[in-house]
Amino acid sequence: MLNKVLDWVEERTGATSGVAHFLNEDIPGSSGWHQVLGSVAMFCFLVQFVTGILLALNYAPTPPDAHESLRFILTELTSGRLIRGLHHWGASMMIVVVVLHLLQVFLWGAYKKPREATWMLGVVLLLLTLGFGLTGYLLPWDNRAYWGTVVTTQITAKAPIAGPYILRLMGSEDGQIGVQTFARFYGAHVLLLPPITMLLIGLHVFLVRKHGVAPAPVETEPTKKFYPGQVFKDTVAIFVMFAILFALATLVRVPLGKIADPTDTTYIPRPEWYFLFLFQLLKFFEGPLEIVGSMVLPGVAVGLLFATPFIDRGKAIQLRQRTFAIGIVLLAGIGWAGLTAAAMRTTPIMLPWNSFTAEEVAAVGSFRQGQCWQCHGTTPGDAKSGPNLADIAVHEDRDVLVAHFQKHAANSGLKDSQFRQLANFLRNLDDESVAALPLTPNSVVAGAQLYMKNNCGVCHIVRGAGGKSGPPLNGVASRRDRAWLEGHFMDPQKFSPGTMMPPYKFNRPEMDNMLAYMEALKD
Amino acid sequence: MAEEKIEKRRGFLVGSIHAMMGTISAALGIPALGYLFVPAREKKQGGWIEAADISKLTVNQPEQVIFQRVRRDGWKVVSEKTAAWVVKTGEQQVVAFSPVCTHLGCAVSWNPGDKTFACPCHTSSFSPDGKVMAGPAPRALDRFDVRVDGIKVMLGDVKKSAEA
Repeated sequence: MLNKVLDWVEERTGATSGVAHFLNEDIPGSSGWHQVLGSVAMFCFLVQFVTGILLALNYAPTPPDAHESLRFILTELTSGRLIRGLHHWGASMMIVVVVLHLLQVFLWGAYKKPREATWMLGVVLLLLTLGFGLTGYLLPWDNRAYWGTVVTTQITAKAPIAGPYILRLMGSEDGQIGVQTFARFYGAHVLLLPPITMLLIGLHVFLVRKHGVAPAPVETEPTKKFYPGQVFKDTVAIFVMFAILFALATLVRVPLGKIADPTDTTYIPRPEWYFLFLFQLLKFFEGPLEIVGSMVLPGVAVGLLFATPFIDRGKAIQLRQRTFAIGIVLLAGIGWAGLTAAAMRTTPIMLPWNSFTAEEVAAVGSFRQGQCWQCHGTTPGDAKSGPNLADIAVHEDRDVLVAHFQKHAANSGLKDSQFRQLANFLRNLDDESVAALPLTPNSVVAGAQLYMKNNCGVCHIVRGAGGKSGPPLNGVASRRDRAWLEGHFMDPQKFSPGTMMPPYKFNRPEMDNMLAYMEALKD
Repeated sequence: MAEEKIEKRRGFLVGSIHAMMGTISAALGIPALGYLFVPAREKKQGGWIEAADISKLTVNQPEQVIFQRVRRDGWKVVSEKTAAWVVKTGEQQVVAFSPVCTHLGCAVSWNPGDKTFACPCHTSSFSPDGKVMAGPAPRALDRFDVRVDGIKVMLGDVKKSAEA
């Protein structure tokens, strides 16, 4: 029966013999494990294609719904986190695999005549892959996405002559980004780049077939068939890659941050890791030279990549004799790793509670005092009897939450005002700030509670909340040392004569807590 | 002998390829099915909304009331206009019908002439107590949960009527 169906299909379409023809390709006897990367790259693209479509089926591609719908995918839908994780880590994975593929072809000299066009198409595919990363980065519409893209658009805006036009193409004026930029990036990410990439992958594979898999300079073994020997090797490589990807998607949570806020001056933008080296490179060029780092050097690098088959026109030689090529790869690798490491080292670490108001840090204290953690997990996968706050979004009304607290934390000694603050805090939690619940040091929490109890917020501002008659307190610890702060609490007149601030004679533990809180107030 | 060995090896390779591809397909496919078919974990909205004033209703005289209702629609919370046909059936008794025809979802309206709810699409008609009188409708009109609070008529969720 099955054979009959297959015969019917074969007779009408030639599909069976087509596949057989594809699989029975002759490949050089030297082919092996080093040539699996092209297939792995193609499979990465397939994973991105499938997970991307799945995400799009529950995603509203316009701000601010983009953020809300992604949150819905992550917190309300079955496997939403997994699928988003696969797509996110799949992007990184694809960059790694594509670059490894390029390195292998480069090291083996497989770009030589007649394979120059295959190589150049491959370089275009690398650029398209980076284009996917760049445009996809904006789509979650959280602070990370927003501020990362602001930097990207500002860099391109500085290109000579073309700058303003590129900016217009990105749907932006004066580097401001909004719904129009979003639409352009989304359109490029899902409508423009995928078909172009598919077409070029098709051409790339066609050229690989046309010229055959690149043989070793001296072939000692007879040719063999692509199937099943090499297909097995390719599949093992794909399987290993997918296993790593699946583990990353399951175990390493990709946080969805707070919704993009153009007025949030505290956010420190950083690009995705594979663009960090460019980010760092920019720091070495200032003023009019900036363009060297942002355009000239990357431009030259891409130009050299394209020109590689025309620069190196010599006869194919053994890998271990290609010392120059190996040297270039090592140098580029060291340079890339050095720049990336430097960029990572200079990235300031912001802990979740560093960006909280005093009320929010104090709410962490209420959460602990109310023993909410008895029933609610606060880290991913921490299963307890109540909903895990790291896995869901709290969207109950404040009154509903307060009633819940009054019922379940009746003997905690917390006041209704504290319940209301806790409810507000929980309703604003996101993937990143939820980590504050288990991690904020007790001393910082106690300091914030003391701050609330003494109504410091009447005169001082923390993260935009509070009065203006005293100085704002964010960054106070970088302006004043511990001894100064302690002395100032005890006797303000001695340190700033004429100040309105009354003395606060905290006892030793209180003072330590207060100072711990002051030190947690980052710029 | 050598031929047999090659054949065995080939079988191993082909089997492994299928097993690995099958595993990957399942690892992608099963979560995808859950993602597309399992309903969202959204909370039931519930809650009562004041929709009418019982003192202004006449017994057995259906009135259409329009009220605002808050509903979770996927990732959005929408406040939307909702309609109901309320019928006072006794001193402190009211029933409220969903205006959605149980056939294909057109809006039914009260026809005072022959005292039926009539659907304009496929001529289904319903009696004042919601039962199907004619047409293709498969079951009676759905009813809202109703609570009468003094003079206030409060409406809750719509409950599906039993199959006819």
